[in-house]
Amino acid sequence: MDPVSRVTGRMAPIDRADVDTDQIIPKQFLKRIERTGYGPFLFFDWRAGGDFVLDKPEHAGASVLVTGANFGCGSSREHAPWALRDFGFKAIIAPSFADIFLANCFKTGLLAVTLPDRQVRHLIDLAAEDPAAQVTVDLETQEVRGEGFAYGFAVDPFSRECLLGGLDEIGLVEKHLSEIGAYESHRQEWLPAVK
Amino acid sequence: MPRTIAQKLWDAHVVRVAPGEPDLLYVDLHLVHEVTSPQAFEGLRLSGRHVRRPDLTLATMDHNVPTKGGIKAADDLSRRQMELLAENCKREAIPLYQIGSRHQGIVHVIGPELGLTQPGMVIVCGDSHTSTHGAFGALAFGIGTSEVELVLATQCLPQKRLGDLAVTVSGELPLGVTAKDIVLGVIGRTGISQGQGHLVEYRGSAIRALSMEGRMTVCNMSIEWGAKAGMIAPDDTTFAYLHGRPSAPKGAAWEAALDYWRSLTSDEGASFDGETSIDASQLEPHVTWGTNPGQVVPVTGRVPQPRSDTDERALKYMDLVPGTALADIAIDRVFIGSCTNARIEDLRAAASVIRGRHVHPKVRAMVVPGSMTVKRAAEDEGLDLVFKAAGFEWRNAGCSMCLGMNTDILAPGERCASTSNRNFEGRQGSGGRTHLMSPPMAAAAAVTGHVVDVRELL
Repeated sequence: MDPVSRVTGRMAPIDRADVDTDQIIPKQFLKRIERTGYGPFLFFDWRAGGDFVLDKPEHAGASVLVTGANFGCGSSREHAPWALRDFGFKAIIAPSFADIFLANCFKTGLLAVTLPDRQVRHLIDLAAEDPAAQVTVDLETQEVRGEGFAYGFAVDPFSRECLLGGLDEIGLVEKHLSEIGAYESHRQEWLPAVK
Repeated sequence: MPRTIAQKLWDAHVVRVAPGEPDLLYVDLHLVHEVTSPQAFEGLRLSGRHVRRPDLTLATMDHNVPTKGGIKAADDLSRRQMELLAENCKREAIPLYQIGSRHQGIVHVIGPELGLTQPGMVIVCGDSHTSTHGAFGALAFGIGTSEVELVLATQCLPQKRLGDLAVTVSGELPLGVTAKDIVLGVIGRTGISQGQGHLVEYRGSAIRALSMEGRMTVCNMSIEWGAKAGMIAPDDTTFAYLHGRPSAPKGAAWEAALDYWRSLTSDEGASFDGETSIDASQLEPHVTWGTNPGQVVPVTGRVPQPRSDTDERALKYMDLVPGTALADIAIDRVFIGSCTNARIEDLRAAASVIRGRHVHPKVRAMVVPGSMTVKRAAEDEGLDLVFKAAGFEWRNAGCSMCLGMNTDILAPGERCASTSNRNFEGRQGSGGRTHLMSPPMAAAAAVTGHVVDVRELL
């Protein structure tokens, strides 16, 4: 994975809570066997209705999505962060994220940042009022900055290190093969094997 | 220090602990299906890696299988995904239950029925309803495709330690009220995100009284209130279900396993970060009215006044007016199926409602058994004849209309009484409207043509 440290760009607001993964990428697009190419299908049904916020010219090219709480609830499909990334987003800011979606974002190299409701509200309003406003999501300093504000955020230190270093998580786990082997040698013998 | 069952399961699977890093957990069983695995296998191939423990990995086809006509009936992309799964499993020597196999079925149905899901295990799958397996006192949760690749390669998963929640369900369920109503009742109280970052233990007399299948229904929907996993301490009900199943321990190993399994309860004095209590005796059959599982009311209730933008949007999408009695909502389709409610007891409960009755002329109804094993068991009991005589379509096993990846979908505007787990917009078909409920409730809706309190038909 390529290292990720800082994203600077314009914001697009989806001012809704509980946006589920079925909306982010509907099931008919999960039949692909590649990791890329999902961008055109992002929020497919919502965009089909016309006039969806992501299709407004003033938000074209936005790289930071600002949205409501519990974003990404529902299924485990990693196609959801893939679609957001392929569409052009590099960071997502929300008051909270569903657990599996959050993990999937980090694996995809998408910065998912949690800020308090009040600060997210400010960003959503700012994006709507001044679509040209720029923000920087800085993983190094752990803050979201814009003109006249800087909001600090917490992030899991290990995920942060993996993103900043562009580390291959499988490679990291493989450093501990001897410990894995030792664990395996002590597993209970009644545990089932699939044969 | 007293520990919760979740903490015991966690501790027993820690391969490595290091300061500032997530714990490295060992995975006892990795379940794989066609939709979330192709990119993971491709990743392995590109990096020259192989599956570390094919003997702890089981694959099945479920998400996009046609429920009639076999693999030939699948669209090109779906067929390609299934063929690719077969190729990947062959290359990596992973056992696969493909279409046509006696044991093919929904991944969360076949694990338990084969006896592969056992107390004390860590089980993962690239599917959020993996929480189902927690019914056995296992730590089971859904993962994304990158994590699928990681587990295929290493049989391990780095995980940050999570908090514990308890849901205590006391009392006794009234007639006509099911495990589905317990979990919908829980979600109605907690909302759909309260479980975030937590492992949940369900306990109390009403949980103890549930069969294993009922317990699976409850744990299955843990993810619908945001929990990473749900679990129930194993007991004699668990052991009786497992005994004699193909992959369950035998002889002396069974006795040794039992000794360990009996230790898998939360210790007296173990602390939880939060607790929700429900009196089962006060529960009624529940029906969702909105577009998430937390938008739910008892069937005797009415569509509520909106309290948020989310509620407003849901009412609009569902084409419902606040104050409407749930029982006045006419339906077009009925789906009895999914990893939540398509096991043999679910089919028996539905069949008992429709026996001697007929599907309403304006309704199209289908039953999709959770596995081919469930289908055979139902046919052995003659349940298929009951459903078919009533006008239900009787299909082969798969996820089917729960998520509509195959051709079993709602047309825009169609309204469905469904035993599945998600009523999100478009979930069962673009523009389709889903009302979640129990199998007997869905059966009752099929025969009356509208949402109805099944207790009136018993």
